[in-house]
Amino acid sequence: MKPVFTYTRGMVRTDTSYCPGCTHGIAHRLITETLDEMGLLGGTIGVAPIGCAVQAHKFMNVDMCESAHGRAPAVASGIRRVHPDKIVFTYQGDGDLASIGTAEIIHAAARGEKFTTFFINNCIYGMTGGQMAPTTLLGQRSTTSQGGRTKEQAGSPVRVSELLSSLDGAAYIERVSLASPGHIRNAKKAVRRAFEIQRQGLGFTFVEFLSTCPTNWGLTPPDAMKWLIDNMIPYYPLGVYREPEVKTS
Amino acid sequence: MSAQKLFFAGSGGQGIILMGQMVTYAAMFEDKQTTYYPSYGPEMRGGTANCTVIVSDSEVSSPLIYDADCLVAMNLPSLLKFEKMVKPGGTLLVNSSIVARKTERGDIRVFEVPTIEIARELGSPKSANMVMLGAAVRATGVVRQETIERVMREKAFTGKKAETIPANIKAFEYFKV
Amino acid sequence: MSGQRAGEKVLLKGNEAFAEAAIRGGLRFYFGYPITPQSEIPEYMSRELPRRGGVFLQAESELGAINMAYGAGAAGGAVFISSSSPGIALMQEGMSFLCSAEVPLVALNVSRGGPGIGGIQPGQADYFQATRGGGNGDYRIPVFAPASIQEAIDLIYEAAGLAETWRNPVMIFADGIMGQMMEPVVLPEQRPFIESVEIRRRKPWAISGYGDDDSRRNIVKSLRMQPDELEAHVEYLFEKYARAEKELTRVETRDIDDADIVLVAYGTVARIAREAADILAGRGIKAGLIRPVSLWPFPYAAFDGIGPRTKVVISAELSMGQMLDDVKIGVGKRLPARLIHRTGGMIPTSLEIADSAEKIYREAVQ
Repeated sequence: MKPVFTYTRGMVRTDTSYCPGCTHGIAHRLITETLDEMGLLGGTIGVAPIGCAVQAHKFMNVDMCESAHGRAPAVASGIRRVHPDKIVFTYQGDGDLASIGTAEIIHAAARGEKFTTFFINNCIYGMTGGQMAPTTLLGQRSTTSQGGRTKEQAGSPVRVSELLSSLDGAAYIERVSLASPGHIRNAKKAVRRAFEIQRQGLGFTFVEFLSTCPTNWGLTPPDAMKWLIDNMIPYYPLGVYREPEVKTS
Repeated sequence: MSAQKLFFAGSGGQGIILMGQMVTYAAMFEDKQTTYYPSYGPEMRGGTANCTVIVSDSEVSSPLIYDADCLVAMNLPSLLKFEKMVKPGGTLLVNSSIVARKTERGDIRVFEVPTIEIARELGSPKSANMVMLGAAVRATGVVRQETIERVMREKAFTGKKAETIPANIKAFEYFKV
Repeated sequence: MSGQRAGEKVLLKGNEAFAEAAIRGGLRFYFGYPITPQSEIPEYMSRELPRRGGVFLQAESELGAINMAYGAGAAGGAVFISSSSPGIALMQEGMSFLCSAEVPLVALNVSRGGPGIGGIQPGQADYFQATRGGGNGDYRIPVFAPASIQEAIDLIYEAAGLAETWRNPVMIFADGIMGQMMEPVVLPEQRPFIESVEIRRRKPWAISGYGDDDSRRNIVKSLRMQPDELEAHVEYLFEKYARAEKELTRVETRDIDDADIVLVAYGTVARIAREAADILAGRGIKAGLIRPVSLWPFPYAAFDGIGPRTKVVISAELSMGQMLDDVKIGVGKRLPARLIHRTGGMIPTSLEIADSAEKIYREAVQ
């Protein structure tokens, strides 16, 4: 009988601290499984953010450090200078990356830093309890936009992949979704592509995962997946926003 | 304490910093203790410039001074602002080419040096500051004159600037004993 | 200066000397952001480090710089950063992280007047920031305050080793006078840079990729969600700081056992105070001098050496009595502690300090 689930060496054998139905676990697995397949687990250094994934180092079986809120791209830039031959990545949520850490992510991309950033966009601050993020959709309720986000009061949601794609230092930018098995298969291809381009030293690589937060959205996990597809994808279109000019495998 | 405190003052572009640093290098070459401290106005160009040089046989204490053994005033504002700093019995050198005012201090040695006229006479109008440096070194004996010439060769005028050394030495030696 | 042989006497401007000392100390990585009066340091590093096998990176901000330093240090790199007062203020979040995560770093503050953007002239008003910490939480940073360019070189060179030994940031606190001053100095030997491939062996705690053996996986972190775990970690850090207090205290004293007054001053002000003591001697007042070289740990014990003749102890500083707090702890209730200060970028002359000290002394003996 073929097993339907096996442990990956890329994940530490422990329970994650994420809520039921949260897509962090999927993103973690896609990243570490890809590293394992590429034979890179022992040659990788990761940077965890502040947010729900602050303890990602407990689950991802690679050398890792925590970083201050939003500063992961600066931390990774430092790591990259010391270890030019290793794979380096940051794993950041939308509060961390798109709000407090905008300067760091923009300048890391502009410098063409040779690391990969995995950006978890779930339109909300998760760990602090469901506050409005820069990515919160118009009309979306949060604990700091209780009547729904309005353009007049909070402006429009930030599209990070589009923003970064204007920078020449960015070699590869793709937005993927974790809302269906098909989406997840595509997401894994993007992860692999990002690591390959990083390994070729072509520049900054970035994968945005449209993700769910059933707990703070107040939805069941299946409804959260549906909400993502119905509401997030129209505003945050999936696709490749930037590719290296040199054709890669 | 055998320390000499020199203060060079003028405007940016008059070679104030260079004069101070050359004395400091010379002091180092003579194995003396020395400290150089510059002070500039807020402007990048054309503002005020001054610097302190202390040359001593023992460890230099304060890098900042309130009294000077020697003041080199390259323009009028510097003379007006700093002449009171000169110790009684100290030395004041004034760039008389552009400063007509006479000092009111009667308790100090005063040398009026027409730096621009002398430099022109020597055929190198850009060497006015070296004329003044020569006068200051002669008047104070803070370092040996030949050490300054070594500084020109090894530190101040190296590379492309080396071709200016003969003219600068000539200007510097105008007051040589 | 790279061509200068160790042991040869050279005339160096403070900022360039600081940078050269850091390179020679083996600090291979520099991250910085321009700020007056220390911009010559990133300029020097941008020129020197790449051609000597090191790395210079201009950050997007001081926040970027300190976090690059944290990343590089966590990855096992030997890192130097420099800034001036408002820039150092921005770096405090990072300092707190580095201390908790035990990441080595040598940081230099070429300090200027404050508060706010303040001015660009020399100051010592970051004494609290340096010695009490501007970041959050319980932590300590050894802080050394040189008074000459040679001493600055020696301390930066030594700090490179101390940061590694103690797995903690070490700060060099220099006032802006020292950054611009030139003095003849002798440079130390170049310590070899640690190559990336050597890091796993030399720094087994660093995040450098575990290779084939994931039982050697490393995590550099400061989050401890369980209060008992966090308390235990802080207690552990403070056992380390207690050892540092014993081993890293540095002080220079002059004539304090038989003085009428004792002046306490650090950095350039200590040199001005030394000259003031000579002026006071000419007026029949014997002034001793305590010069803290380490600001944390502060040399409290040195005050026990003050003799019975002394009437008053005076803190002379370019701040509004920040060091005076430590002087008061040092003298306890034995003697009155008073303050002579200038601030905002103003610097007292030795004559000013002598006059103020004489006045304080006359009041004390009345």
